[in-house]
Amino acid sequence: MGEAEKAVIDVRNLQVEFPGRRATVTPLSDISLSIRAGEILGVVGESGAGKSMTGLAIQGLLERPGRISGGEIWLGNRRIDTLDDRAMEQIRGREIGAIFQDPLTSLNPLFTVGSQLTETIRLHLSMGKVEARARAVQLLRDVGIPAPEERVDHYPHQFSGGMRQRVVIALALSASPKLIIADEPTTALDVSIQAQIISLLRRLCKEKQTAVMLVTHDMGVIAEAADRVAVMYAGRLIEIGPVEQVLHAPRHPYTQGLMASIPSLGARVEKLNQIDGSMPRLDAIPAGCAFNPRCVSVGPRCLRERPELIAVGDGANACWLNAGGTA
Amino acid sequence: MTVSAQKKPALTVNGLVKTFDVSAPWLNRVIERKPRQFVQAVNDIAFTVPAGGCLSIVGESGCGKSTVARLVTGLHKASAGEIRFAPGRAGAPLSAQMIFQDPYASLNPRWRVKNIIAEPLRELKLRDTAAEVIERVEELLLTVGLSASDGEKFPHEFSGGQRQRISIARALASEPEFLVCDEPTSALDVSVQAQVLNLMRRLQDELGLTYLFISHDMSVVRHMSDRIAVMYLGRIVEEGDTEELFARPRHPYTQLLLQTIPNITSPRRDRELAAGEVPSPLKPPSGCTFHPRCPIATARCSAEVPAVRTLANGTRVACHLAIDEPASA
Repeated sequence: MGEAEKAVIDVRNLQVEFPGRRATVTPLSDISLSIRAGEILGVVGESGAGKSMTGLAIQGLLERPGRISGGEIWLGNRRIDTLDDRAMEQIRGREIGAIFQDPLTSLNPLFTVGSQLTETIRLHLSMGKVEARARAVQLLRDVGIPAPEERVDHYPHQFSGGMRQRVVIALALSASPKLIIADEPTTALDVSIQAQIISLLRRLCKEKQTAVMLVTHDMGVIAEAADRVAVMYAGRLIEIGPVEQVLHAPRHPYTQGLMASIPSLGARVEKLNQIDGSMPRLDAIPAGCAFNPRCVSVGPRCLRERPELIAVGDGANACWLNAGGTA
Repeated sequence: MTVSAQKKPALTVNGLVKTFDVSAPWLNRVIERKPRQFVQAVNDIAFTVPAGGCLSIVGESGCGKSTVARLVTGLHKASAGEIRFAPGRAGAPLSAQMIFQDPYASLNPRWRVKNIIAEPLRELKLRDTAAEVIERVEELLLTVGLSASDGEKFPHEFSGGQRQRISIARALASEPEFLVCDEPTSALDVSVQAQVLNLMRRLQDELGLTYLFISHDMSVVRHMSDRIAVMYLGRIVEEGDTEELFARPRHPYTQLLLQTIPNITSPRRDRELAAGEVPSPLKPPSGCTFHPRCPIATARCSAEVPAVRTLANGTRVACHLAIDEPASA
């Protein structure tokens, strides 16, 4: 890959497995993606598709007994999937920032916002107390919190939901990480606040040239925020490409069905397009293409062989229909 | 009252008020000299739902939309105002049932599906013999697109979308004519959401149901409803026909809502919105509660609560500045 040099994060054929008493489940297989500086990669999929798991694996936060059983994760020129917990602790916060769904649970209610910010800053950057506090105020200003000199001494409960999420973003930015993993950052927020947070995230990403991995199930958020999109289904990437292409000219039948099933704000239709059935459980993934029981254009080959990601134009998708042959 | 309610209203709500007492406990109030504190969750709202139609209530969290749903179904007692159902098929007042948001929390995990669905039948003594109950349960399961044998399973054996089908079947068990749906699809994935919405539309046509639909998702609301009421801090700020409301929103808050929803077909990137946030319902702003966030607010807006006016096209709007003429596009 020629882009690999410029990529901030490069995940190659990542596989994660959870050994169980009866069988080993593989929630992630063969995930390859990379994000460049200043780029937002949206990761979408239904619940259980493995999108959050991908974020956790990159951060080395897989819950035991889950483990990375294959592939490589490169952060810049450093391979991080083989590092021990200690080394990963150095990387989390310093080089990879995290934003989680619920801003209420990701802040400690017993400490002021300022002390949480300065703690993180001083942990990762060698700064004195005064300097760290000045940086905390500046970070709050960057994320659009009014009167940051005053707000820095407030407790999380004194902030509204949207403001709290801004604080979490400031916290993620505190050591100027190269990569931010935002897992459903707007899901707990109201629409009018959601739009503010999306535009904030986009502005900061471009200004600070941070790579952002935006995990969400909301196609609208993706359309407004992401540069590229990766669509996941049953633990695999099935389509990846520039946002306009994936959203408006999707090539994989699942992405096509997904896009068509979203009620439109434009014209009203009598019946929504629906994908029948639901995503298979991880311990019962069908042979061949995992989407084959729900696919409208399924062929005999889909039942036998699993399609790999095949590059088409700027993107790639995993479907036999697009492989040149017949399904 | 409304112009477009050509059909008879199935539900008429007038001057509905719900106040919650959120005071600190008595001893704390005495020691800390705190006054009693109340939240006006629903503040003087009025609407009608036409029979066989669908009225949606939209708004952000905390605006009181779920409280309205609970008031209508009798789960909360109204502090003031009236809720009147029109006489139903049998002459008795229309019966209302409710579908809840979270299909994981609204089904008893220790009951078999057949018993979950049969509970209203047994409780209300709608069938005489056990055989008849079983027959009805199987019929309901088929109606919502599950198979009769699914009755023997437990809720955990089903996916989110299937569980929502079970709660729809349970709601339909007592043959209601009116369904209150409180965010029925917001816990579901998009591909499954489409299945449930299609099912609800089909049932509406087949059984002649009337829906009161509560949601925060404008695209879902647009798909489902004939009329939409937009709530903000306990009041309805605008109510109108779906197409009219989307084409020509009159209230600045409706305009803000429509502007801020992420749009897949034409995303507006790189915009900064300085629209502020919803104030605390404990201390709502004076006058029009939207005035601190409103781009066109005047001095009058902070002093005077706007009355609800009915415009020529049947839209009802609570704004001093909304103009009653077709916007020149």
